[in-house]
Amino acid sequence: MATDGLHENQTLASLKSEAESLKGKLEEERAKLHDVELHQVAERVEALGQFVMKTRRTLKGHGNKVLCMDWCKDKRRVVSSSQDGKVIVWDSFTTNKEHAVTMPCTWVMACAYAPSGCAIACGGLDNKCSVYPLTFDKNENMAAKKKSVAMHTNYLSACSFTNSDMQILTASGDGTCALWDVESGQLLQSFHGHGADVLCLDLAPSETGNTFVSGGCDKKAMVWDMRSGQCVQAFETHESDINSVRYYPSGDAFASGSDDATCRLYDLRADREVAIYSKESIIFGASSVDFSLSGRLLFAGYNDYTINVWDVLKGSRVSILFGHENRVSTLRVSPDGTAFCSGSWDHTLRVWA
Amino acid sequence: MAGGRPGAQMPHLSKMERVVVSMQDPDQGVEMRNQRLRITVIPHTVAGSDVVDWLVQKYCISEEEALHLGTLLVLHGYLYPLRRPRSLVLRPDDTPYRFQTPYFWTSTLWPAAELDYAIYLTKKNIRKQGALVGHEKEHYDQLHRKISHTWDLVVMQAREQLRAAKQRRKGDRLVIACQEQTYWLVNRPPPGVPSVLEQGPERSSCTAGRVQMNTEFYKREMERYRKALTRARVKSSVCLEAYLKFSSQHAPHDPIMSGCLPSNPWVTDDDTYWTMNAPSVTVPTKLRVERWGFSFQELLEDPLGRAHFMDFLRTEFSAENLSFWEACEELRHGGQAQVHAMVDAVYQQFLAPGAACWVNIDSRTMERTLEGLQQPHRYVLDDAQLHIYMLMKKDSYSRFLKSAAYKDLLAQAVIPPEAKRRVFPFMRKLPHSSPSPALLPASTSGEPVAAASGPECGDGGT
Repeated sequence: MATDGLHENQTLASLKSEAESLKGKLEEERAKLHDVELHQVAERVEALGQFVMKTRRTLKGHGNKVLCMDWCKDKRRVVSSSQDGKVIVWDSFTTNKEHAVTMPCTWVMACAYAPSGCAIACGGLDNKCSVYPLTFDKNENMAAKKKSVAMHTNYLSACSFTNSDMQILTASGDGTCALWDVESGQLLQSFHGHGADVLCLDLAPSETGNTFVSGGCDKKAMVWDMRSGQCVQAFETHESDINSVRYYPSGDAFASGSDDATCRLYDLRADREVAIYSKESIIFGASSVDFSLSGRLLFAGYNDYTINVWDVLKGSRVSILFGHENRVSTLRVSPDGTAFCSGSWDHTLRVWA
Repeated sequence: MAGGRPGAQMPHLSKMERVVVSMQDPDQGVEMRNQRLRITVIPHTVAGSDVVDWLVQKYCISEEEALHLGTLLVLHGYLYPLRRPRSLVLRPDDTPYRFQTPYFWTSTLWPAAELDYAIYLTKKNIRKQGALVGHEKEHYDQLHRKISHTWDLVVMQAREQLRAAKQRRKGDRLVIACQEQTYWLVNRPPPGVPSVLEQGPERSSCTAGRVQMNTEFYKREMERYRKALTRARVKSSVCLEAYLKFSSQHAPHDPIMSGCLPSNPWVTDDDTYWTMNAPSVTVPTKLRVERWGFSFQELLEDPLGRAHFMDFLRTEFSAENLSFWEACEELRHGGQAQVHAMVDAVYQQFLAPGAACWVNIDSRTMERTLEGLQQPHRYVLDDAQLHIYMLMKKDSYSRFLKSAAYKDLLAQAVIPPEAKRRVFPFMRKLPHSSPSPALLPASTSGEPVAAASGPECGDGGT
């Protein structure tokens, strides 16, 4: 009946406004315990000296835009994926390519190295996440051993192994995240709550719990309990898509990078945003962020081809790094913090130290 | 591509537009000049170097950064060069540029219409036979085939626009031609030139409906907000102090902040640092052993640290605690097919009465765990695991740090000799140095501004 539809709309509208007012109450509550700003606390901290960091390695070999990369635990190998479907494993110290596979789809936006170093995962416009074991057999046909693990209903934007090779966490343009058993491809848990595409995720370095954070086109960063599938905390202060999220090394906070040209720091115990890293001259979106080992520095790659280095505590920009000739799409600090690697739409990856 | 709202999808466009509007402010903007071009005089032009200087002043940035930002403005068609309109480059000299008319801003006229492109190419073709070359010729032929049924309309429009243009003064004609050409260079770049307008796979927004925003969605949101309202929060001052402590504690261990000994492999091409810090090296470095004292988590994360801790637990006859914890980790992160078998194995080895490595869990937790074992799943041992973890953390770990074993490890730990070349990304500020030419005074933002170019200085020392 026509009136049912009308009733449904009214209910939806009233629910939406009720949610909005609850959100307002939450912001009020959060503000009550905010007694000092980070840069005030950081006044006592010694300022950083002049910063010198250069490209130490350039990895050339992708024929198209590099979209994602990840480090191996051995601190020197990396896996990278690109628009033309190529996924390459490099020993970035020697710049040798060690493995290469061509995916059957274009825009491979996600790739990850397994903790053991014996496999990689990747996916993109095929809506799937596939795992490829790495062997040193000269006659290997990597594509033959491929295992299809995750299935989403839209593009795969991010993937990460958990503490072992046997579970994978994925984020998708279908608005959900999911946890999968690699061996069987079984869906172990799904995470619903984002209102639009999920673009990124990061696992918490927590000693006891199992949580992860995700960011999406709904401008929200959400923290999830992997066991229950529930969202345990959420933050909505960005003004545009959140392209990247990364935990602070202690696990008590995380940083985000967004198309609104800012990076932000959210504290999980204070349950609020505690810092914004922005500058009037920075106009283009931040595509990827990562912390240095001590958490003092935040490296952020931008769509204006640059990398900005931020003093996390003081909130100021320490340095700007030029070199890439198109947007920086991915950036990760190496596992032992000796360098970071950036990937770009200019077809190259660079290791900086 | 569907015609969305470019402003929303590309927030950097509206920001660039605000910049060029400020640049054209009569008082605070870039100095405007009249530029003589052959026999005409074009008003409202700006010199490339003035654009760069304006950006340096306005945003307190270096010349290098200003040139980069200015170049992006040109690449997006917000500024165009008058003399060589095909080359979207910002030259920091007296090369004249003009601001693109808002009519041709990407956000105004987006996406570029096929019909408009056809008219543009046809005008070029009519004005001078053989003027269309390369990719423009290809596009022209393609469009001609594609919209051949309305080609008369295209030609008519083209002729009309050319006729109208003839009525204008030479100067205006030239300017309009440049504006149009710039628009098409941005929207239909020649092969080999990446398109600045490419955004990658299409993303949806909340209004686009990939996720159902139905009653269930909002009910879940409200439940989340209600739970969040009752959450226990910690004062900001306490949380923020923790960052200071963490960062200062870890700074000496951060190779980018403090360098690493003997040297950073990426800088010197010498991988001794990795060899000396390999997962199972015989003698660990001092920094590494110190780190085991920062937190229980850091100790366990390092396989060598964990192994030494296990040795210590053996001396206290509580090694089964760590073994139990490790077994629980394997269960949690293991394959789904192995869950039942692993739960069973853990029970037999650690929890069953008379088990070989029986762990001492409090009775309540044990009761709950045993009950849960009726329906085993990968998280069924979480409570027990947490209990044992906390026990080790509060008890054994603190004793370990005070033990002779740990003190010996510290004493015997090696400090690698420094490699000949000191290579720290951060140069220590000399207490009484006079400002050197390579280090400009900090800007008002407190940001150190390095000189645009200088000698290669990978060295920390001079």
